[in-house]
Amino acid sequence: MLNWLRRPKYSSLQRRDMPAGLWAKCPRCNNLIYRKELERNLKVCPKCGFHHRLTALERLEITLDQDSFEEIDAELTSTDPLKFEGYPQKLQEAKEKTGGAEAVITGEGTIDGYRTVIGVLDFHFMGGSMGSAVGEKVARASEQARDRQLPLVMFSASGGARMQEGALSLMQLAKTSAAVGRLHDAGFPYISVMCDPTTGGVTASFAFLGDVILAEPGALIGFAGRRVIEQTIRHKLPDDFQTAEFCLNKGLIDLVVTRSDMRSTVARLLSFFGAPRVEPVPVAAEPATPEPAQSRSGSSAADE
Amino acid sequence: MAATLPGPSTDLDRQLQDLEGEIERLRRLAREQAIDLGGEIATLETRAEDVRKKIYTNPSPWHIVQLARHSQRPRLVDFVASLFTDVVELHGDRLFRDDPAMLAALARFEGRPVVVVGHNKGKDTKENIARNFGMPYPEGYRKALRVMRLAEKFHYPVIAFVDTPGAFPGDEAEERGQAEAIARNIEEMSRLRTSVIVVITGEGGSGGALAIAVGDLTLMLQYAIYTVISPEGCAAILWHDATKAAEAAAALRLTAKDLQALKIVDEVLPEPFGGAHRDPEAAITSVRSALQRHLPGMGQMPVQAMLERRYAKYRSLGQIVA
Repeated sequence: MLNWLRRPKYSSLQRRDMPAGLWAKCPRCNNLIYRKELERNLKVCPKCGFHHRLTALERLEITLDQDSFEEIDAELTSTDPLKFEGYPQKLQEAKEKTGGAEAVITGEGTIDGYRTVIGVLDFHFMGGSMGSAVGEKVARASEQARDRQLPLVMFSASGGARMQEGALSLMQLAKTSAAVGRLHDAGFPYISVMCDPTTGGVTASFAFLGDVILAEPGALIGFAGRRVIEQTIRHKLPDDFQTAEFCLNKGLIDLVVTRSDMRSTVARLLSFFGAPRVEPVPVAAEPATPEPAQSRSGSSAADE
Repeated sequence: MAATLPGPSTDLDRQLQDLEGEIERLRRLAREQAIDLGGEIATLETRAEDVRKKIYTNPSPWHIVQLARHSQRPRLVDFVASLFTDVVELHGDRLFRDDPAMLAALARFEGRPVVVVGHNKGKDTKENIARNFGMPYPEGYRKALRVMRLAEKFHYPVIAFVDTPGAFPGDEAEERGQAEAIARNIEEMSRLRTSVIVVITGEGGSGGALAIAVGDLTLMLQYAIYTVISPEGCAAILWHDATKAAEAAAALRLTAKDLQALKIVDEVLPEPFGGAHRDPEAAITSVRSALQRHLPGMGQMPVQAMLERRYAKYRSLGQIVA
């Protein structure tokens, strides 16, 4: 992966998203993978195609054109409105762990030259949970897209609403959905990409409101948790329940797109919906050709 | 009669139950034996009233959760029967089926046409099984949206009654897009071009409640609750101990008073002493008088101004620092 997005502000903070060591074990096929090889392959297992979770910064790095990102609201964070036991400590730990101020990074950048507002939820920050600040940043991103007549691209990875903020978290569903509604009314495109996992309140708001909804292979996508459902219906659910492929089959999402094809697919959609493009088109930030096991036949926007 | 309440109120509730039982026994005795027990009964009633005061003057959040879930609390059908005339229930989402957990109806409030939607909890086990305990499937939310669109077309106000443990967490609900249905309703209600009054009467269970609860005015009965997660669920996740629900209930700030302080709720509607189940008609009257106060003013504002105001309201909720 590239490192152009490491902002100096955060560089003093340690990133602990991946444990140290030369080798990583794939949780699906159990194969040991040389870590550098895994990173070169966008953290997709070269053996079985399993998509490892990315941090928000990693997602931005592989999605945007190099040096094109201008972050907005970088410092914005939640407070502890309910004086909820242990919450300030959890927030602080998440900030130190990720080097970010909240569970979403938002800003403006280009994808294959197409200008867009982009937001990426970080599952490594308190499970990507949506409290006041995440809701506010998503709403502001949506408003910025509308004001600047740009598309909005959201990458979601979240366990849902942040319960430490109680009903204020629930209200973020209304805040974000209302903001996205205004973007729709104004006629600008909104692409929603669901990554592993996207559940609860984030699915029940902006993530399911995209003009086009994409998902990464194998991503868990659903409203209620598997255990709660199994307790309710009193039988076991099939293994593929609530996967991206399951949702595609049930007609809930538009496409399942591999990580290596995601950037070009989003770029193609932005092009289709008439997003403004900068000239000259910047160099792609994506460094690696996918490993042979992951390459797919057929064209993608990047090939054209 | 008060339900058996766990938590710190248990002893007082049991005392009250015993006293009320004793009063009832003496009354029956007096009637059957034709003897005067007036003095004894009066003494017991005074004691019962003292205990009641202790319990209800300052109920704990967990106690309020029990009141909000009380099996004898007035249900949607009670509110509808008492508040509205010319009620025509509408069925189905036109896509899959009719969901009995969600009610949608055309009605008149003191002559004025309105559209009513609401979670349809039952009074007893039989009704609750038929109505899935007021937990809608996606088709329930889609039915509600369809009928709210009808209200929009004719510029009639929508009155949405909230009383649900949550959206139904089942495999078929997921397959048919529970999350999408909720998200869609929230988005569409945020820009519905007619006025929307939300009345939280019982349980406001998370996204399943919010899916019919985005509007211009949010009213909440005094002992209703509104929360992002059930206290039991919160305790199970945070402390791996569902029995700590009483603590979670306090931490979540889910009472009407809390929510008013957080500006999520505009007005708290008083309930009869001890809770709506003690005098359902009084609770319904409380809702009626609020509707009488607010409904005439609704729809006076130009639509665009109303939508701006609605947007600003939800836009402002939350606490952040930069």
